[in-house]
Amino acid sequence: MSTVLRADGLGKRYGRRWALTDCTLEIEPGHVTGLVGPNGAGKSTLLNLAVGLLAPTTGTIEVCGGRPADDPEQLALVGFVAQDTPTYATLSVADHLRLGARLNPRWDDAMARARIAALGLDPRQRVGKLSGGQRAQLALTLALAKRPELLVLDEPVASLDPLARREFLQVLMEAVAEHGISVVLSSHLVADLERVCDHVVVLVDSRVRLEGDVEHLLATHHRLTGPRRDPATMPAGQQVLSASSTERQSTFVVRTDEPVLDPAWSVGQLSLEDLVLTYMSPPPDLDAGARTALEVLR
Amino acid sequence: MTWLTLRQLRASAAGLFAVVAAVAVVLAVTGPALFRLHRADPALFFDRLSSADSFLYYAGVGAVVLVPALIGIFWGAPLIARELETGTHRMVWTQSVSRTRWLAVKLGLTALAALGVTALLSLAVTWWSSPMDGAQSTTRGALPTRFTPIVFDGRGVAPLGYALFALVLGTTLGAVLRRTLPAMALTLLVLLGVQIAVPLWIRPHLVPPVERTVAATVSTMTDITLGQDGKLTLGVTTGSPNAWILVDETVDASGRPVQLPAWFGACLPPPPSQAGQGATQAQGDGGLAACFDRLAAEGYRQHLVYHPNSSFWPLQWAEAGLFAGLSALLAGCCFWWTRRRLA
Amino acid sequence: MIEFSLDLRSGVAPYLQVVQQVRHAIRLGVLRPGDQLPTVKDVVARLAINPNTVLKAYRELERDGLVTARQGVGTFVTRTLGGPTLTAYQPLSRDLRRWLAKARAAGLDDESIEALFASTLRAAAQEGIA
Repeated sequence: MSTVLRADGLGKRYGRRWALTDCTLEIEPGHVTGLVGPNGAGKSTLLNLAVGLLAPTTGTIEVCGGRPADDPEQLALVGFVAQDTPTYATLSVADHLRLGARLNPRWDDAMARARIAALGLDPRQRVGKLSGGQRAQLALTLALAKRPELLVLDEPVASLDPLARREFLQVLMEAVAEHGISVVLSSHLVADLERVCDHVVVLVDSRVRLEGDVEHLLATHHRLTGPRRDPATMPAGQQVLSASSTERQSTFVVRTDEPVLDPAWSVGQLSLEDLVLTYMSPPPDLDAGARTALEVLR
Repeated sequence: MTWLTLRQLRASAAGLFAVVAAVAVVLAVTGPALFRLHRADPALFFDRLSSADSFLYYAGVGAVVLVPALIGIFWGAPLIARELETGTHRMVWTQSVSRTRWLAVKLGLTALAALGVTALLSLAVTWWSSPMDGAQSTTRGALPTRFTPIVFDGRGVAPLGYALFALVLGTTLGAVLRRTLPAMALTLLVLLGVQIAVPLWIRPHLVPPVERTVAATVSTMTDITLGQDGKLTLGVTTGSPNAWILVDETVDASGRPVQLPAWFGACLPPPPSQAGQGATQAQGDGGLAACFDRLAAEGYRQHLVYHPNSSFWPLQWAEAGLFAGLSALLAGCCFWWTRRRLA
Repeated sequence: MIEFSLDLRSGVAPYLQVVQQVRHAIRLGVLRPGDQLPTVKDVVARLAINPNTVLKAYRELERDGLVTARQGVGTFVTRTLGGPTLTAYQPLSRDLRRWLAKARAAGLDDESIEALFASTLRAAAQEGIA
């Protein structure tokens, strides 16, 4: 299929508040896409819309070629690990595997059992007694053994300690390498995403502010430090995204496709976190023309 | 999905099933003795009942009335609400079954279990109580008839309708309120309301009652009571034992309900404390008969509306059917809500 | 078998770090022709990084002729990386001395010379990828 997730003018409203506004996205298969943004930006809303747990107020969303949760065939293509990895506390690990086997036509029982064994989980143990990290791994196993084409994860590692977090991501990446599934995961911990994502979507205040290939974005965004200068005087090919100045010195974050050759500038790299933070802050006060161009960059 | 439903039901069902099984066993064990007692001498039956038997009688009624409520509260309310509260709906609705199928299997199987449990209990209690309903004693009063509001719900097939309704009600309220405890409380309230409202306003009309207007005589009279407002009311027998009397009022010649005429008070025999003269007694009786003749001559009649004993089962089936229909309607709402609104 | 490590703060793209580590290992003789590189699956399972990163690195190494990928078996080292011969060094060293003299004459101190060299090297490397 050509796209694994396609949203067009997607919006979701709760009462008066718009949790997601005018979201238009296209995510191609074979990528690990990170969905970043501050709390309340609309990440969970977008993901819940993608798996059919919510219905859109406006616009459309198409996942793996069909409307989310339309029918069992469509449901089988998408695996979901919800925030706080909900599980049935009174059921055992083996019960959860049986749940997966009974409710999913493409269930890979051998893979599920192998993973559980590799994780060192006792199948007879009640899931309520497992640690947070173990529950998260179980939820991931359930989602992977379903053999979906797209795996959606809503803040899967938010409440895990660093070791559990690393182990979760290791298992996830191994599965991606082995089965070639596409992944969309949300997090407000950008450092984790920098390791695993090759594609990023930044959501701020219910809108998409940035979307693109991570490497390309990092290669085309620079931090420029040099003598004080008015951002409006920067060359046309360089869009200034954030500007801060002291009386003698200016620091800009610019986006440009060409190399920065002006020797006055000292050019620095941005980490993904810096980049995301730049887009999460309001753009500098430039003329209206430049401002509209900053809204969504692909 | 079947497996999952049964697995989830296991915990809450085990308790109820155990209790019902225990009750059924107790009844099965004590029943035959009761039947023998009844066959030996029906007239003295009630007098021979031990207090344990009476207790079991009332306990049986209580159990059959209670079980549907328990089903509604403990099986129905958490069915959807629990999943919403713990967030497990986010896991189970993103497996490969549609929400409709999920609810259909969950509600359907639970309903079957509910009907099974209630049927077993009701069967046991109905069978056990059959010699007892309406049994009368000369000295100890009487056991309530089958038509008494609470007892009616503790027999036969009506409890099945209630069980189904309570289950679907609990489930729907759970889906709408999204929280288990408020859903439980509201389910209980609604069920109580239903238990009060139905015998009062709906049950009498489910099957057409018998309506008659008769003249009161000494032999048909059952009681004359002096109300707190000083008014006398007259009651007559329907001629049908263990009937459910809905209306028993004095009407005048045109059919309007009226009070007994003032002169009727003088007809009454003096209170027992003043009695003692056999002559006065006899005179009182003779006078009473004359009074009744005069009553009839003046056009006073008794308007009776009642359900004879034979209407018991038609009423049971009608009520069960009513609640089955309500359940179906409510279930439709529940499905719609779960599919569309819980989104 | 070589083990990779990743420094996300270094400013060097992750896939380049993998390439550099392989080249370094080959240069040092830790990896010899015929040795197998770790599978993509093993690398990401250990490092928790995106498989595309590793794939890109291996592809670049293959383009450089250092490794070859055998379908279904793995990726294997094909040749050694000799150090540059002494003859290549000397003219370069001479040019560099001349440039240094020019820079000193322009008034740059050692730190500015190092800063200029570092940023120019980085920019050139970026241009090479973009």
